[in-house]
Amino acid sequence: MSLAELISQESYNYAFLDEQSKREVRRALLKAVAIPGYQVPFGSRELPISRGWGTGGLQVTMSLIGPGDTVKVIDQGTDAGVNALNIRRLVERTTGLPTTTATEAATIIQTRHRIPEQPLRADQTIVFQVPLPEPLRLIERNEAVTRRMHGEMDYSRAWVALYEDIVHSGTITRAAGYPALVNGRHIFSPSPIPRWDLPKLHRAPYLSLFGAGREKRVYAVPPWTSVAPLAFEDYPFAVEDMAGRVCERCGATDVYMDEFIESDSRRYRCSDTAYCDAMLNARQAGDTEHIAQLRAVTAQIAAQHEAVIDAR
Amino acid sequence: MGYVAVKGGMDAIAAAEALVMHAPAGDVAALDVRQVLTQQRAVVDQAMGEGSLYAPLLAALAVKQAEGDTMESAFLLRAYRSTLPRLGYSLPMDGNTMRVRRRISSTFKDVPGGQVLGRTRDYTQRLLDFTLLEESSRQSAVGSRQIEDDTAAQNGSAELRSTTAEPPVFPKVSAWMRREGLMPPLPAESPEAEPFDITRESIVPPFSRSARLQSFARGESGVMTAFAYSSMRSRGFHPTIGDLRVGEVPFQITHPLTGNPVTIGEVTATEVEMVGKTGEQSAGKEGKTGGKFSLAYGFVFGQNERKAIAMSILDGLLMQQQGDSTLPVQDAEFVLYHIDGIEAQGFVEHLKLPHYVTFQSSLDRMRYVQSLVAAQKEEARVTR
Repeated sequence: MSLAELISQESYNYAFLDEQSKREVRRALLKAVAIPGYQVPFGSRELPISRGWGTGGLQVTMSLIGPGDTVKVIDQGTDAGVNALNIRRLVERTTGLPTTTATEAATIIQTRHRIPEQPLRADQTIVFQVPLPEPLRLIERNEAVTRRMHGEMDYSRAWVALYEDIVHSGTITRAAGYPALVNGRHIFSPSPIPRWDLPKLHRAPYLSLFGAGREKRVYAVPPWTSVAPLAFEDYPFAVEDMAGRVCERCGATDVYMDEFIESDSRRYRCSDTAYCDAMLNARQAGDTEHIAQLRAVTAQIAAQHEAVIDAR
Repeated sequence: MGYVAVKGGMDAIAAAEALVMHAPAGDVAALDVRQVLTQQRAVVDQAMGEGSLYAPLLAALAVKQAEGDTMESAFLLRAYRSTLPRLGYSLPMDGNTMRVRRRISSTFKDVPGGQVLGRTRDYTQRLLDFTLLEESSRQSAVGSRQIEDDTAAQNGSAELRSTTAEPPVFPKVSAWMRREGLMPPLPAESPEAEPFDITRESIVPPFSRSARLQSFARGESGVMTAFAYSSMRSRGFHPTIGDLRVGEVPFQITHPLTGNPVTIGEVTATEVEMVGKTGEQSAGKEGKTGGKFSLAYGFVFGQNERKAIAMSILDGLLMQQQGDSTLPVQDAEFVLYHIDGIEAQGFVEHLKLPHYVTFQSSLDRMRYVQSLVAAQKEEARVTR
């Protein structure tokens, strides 16, 4: 093969991966849906972005998308993150599909570490980028052992670890990526989403898919599946405290906030920039109905926060 | 169109990309890929091995594009490899068929076929060669290849080849050891009917040897060297090189029509057979060697002797019976899950990504714990 011939090969297969590889990912996903929270090994391929930068989520997205889809990509809540932009650019380049920043306009949302504040619908699918799929890794480094523990539902050490955390610190200090029991069977890692987002998964109407590219695992939370964060009756699950925070950009309250530090003050802005944009635009347009709708979202999130505690 | 938070990001990415391709200082001639291919051989070979794609020219392109960053070069090849269809599988290669350019053994002073030093930096004095600062051209690769072939031809077992036109033959030291009963005979058939394919399936413990060897073959050279070194330094593990050879191995497939094996090319490779007291045999009764040596194996693309040796050491360590694992590198999971350079660099460098959301979540917990501590102190003060 000559250099010139190589150079002419700019075009890649639709959605980058070859069809056989995509089919293999879909097959693994079917198994994942059939066993909620179970980590299904798959032959993860190398992608033109780094391992650890969303290759698992991207393989899931690439295996599912086709004509008619609209893709949204967020990183830490924002469509504007450079890694989100880069992933979106790859999707556009290899599929020609439209992309969007509006949560309600997307059919597939690939995300790193956030679930949009705007509730998703049953016809939408959310794809999580997962760095470490194994929730038991913190207590057991051996993969053969953790697989056995899941198989036997031997989760005593996970509970003991939570108890020890309380003994050491007076509270459960697990922050993002809080472990939860899915469908009453498998403990799973929801990926490092904040605790704020975890209750959104409980009996959600939409399909949640999780892809860990480097660790070569996929798993799923099918629609309407119970997701119960691990906690004790006297030390209940608690979300991040966002009380009193007001977005300096759009005026929103009771959503997950980014914190901006300055020498003598703290400022806050919505972590979910699509929500922030929608609120800001509604305010600029004086669209009181839309503002009320966006406000109602926060009431729903608060209700979910309550519901998940009761789910135990 | 109202306010959208997405702004500037795409421009920033484009600008960063443009900066990467800019020469840092002044106008200089662009590096020719052929120059990389012929004069940066070590890094080209390393990229091919770790990228697990035998494509010297593309590897040279990757090295050029990555400005010599070995992990990045291998990554470029690996990503390109993902797009290639799987057309078929080669027949098993046999190191005995290698057209040898370099071969050494550390077991005996004189081995059948002899010692051929070939192209090696082993005995160079590591002095900066200032004449290279103003070097204008290089002796052609063809010329140096002739030297290598001639050197090899003067050695090799004359009695083992019928004509001088045939390449010299270098019998394996291990073959002699097996005949002498110092090493158990090879099993009549391979314990694995079909090798595991780590590019198609995710490895899950317990790992088959084929999965282990494949993982090693594309492992990161530096990591493997360090892992192997750790066993030597901290436990005095010291095997002996039975055979280290560098050269071209014919690459054969089954002809789709005739069904006969047909050679379709050759692969430059480094092969190591390591003689030790670990290995499959020591996994026998009571973990004893039974007075026999064991053989561990290393095979990598191109000339990368350091990695091939490290690979054979790690292969030997992981063939040992489980339960004797006193070193981190005797733990198959520890070794196999951490030797891939592309995975390691990706995850280590992902720390550069924003973590505003997750850090905010940790901050929430820290502040809460602080409030608990403060409340406790206050309570203690009041009760006192």
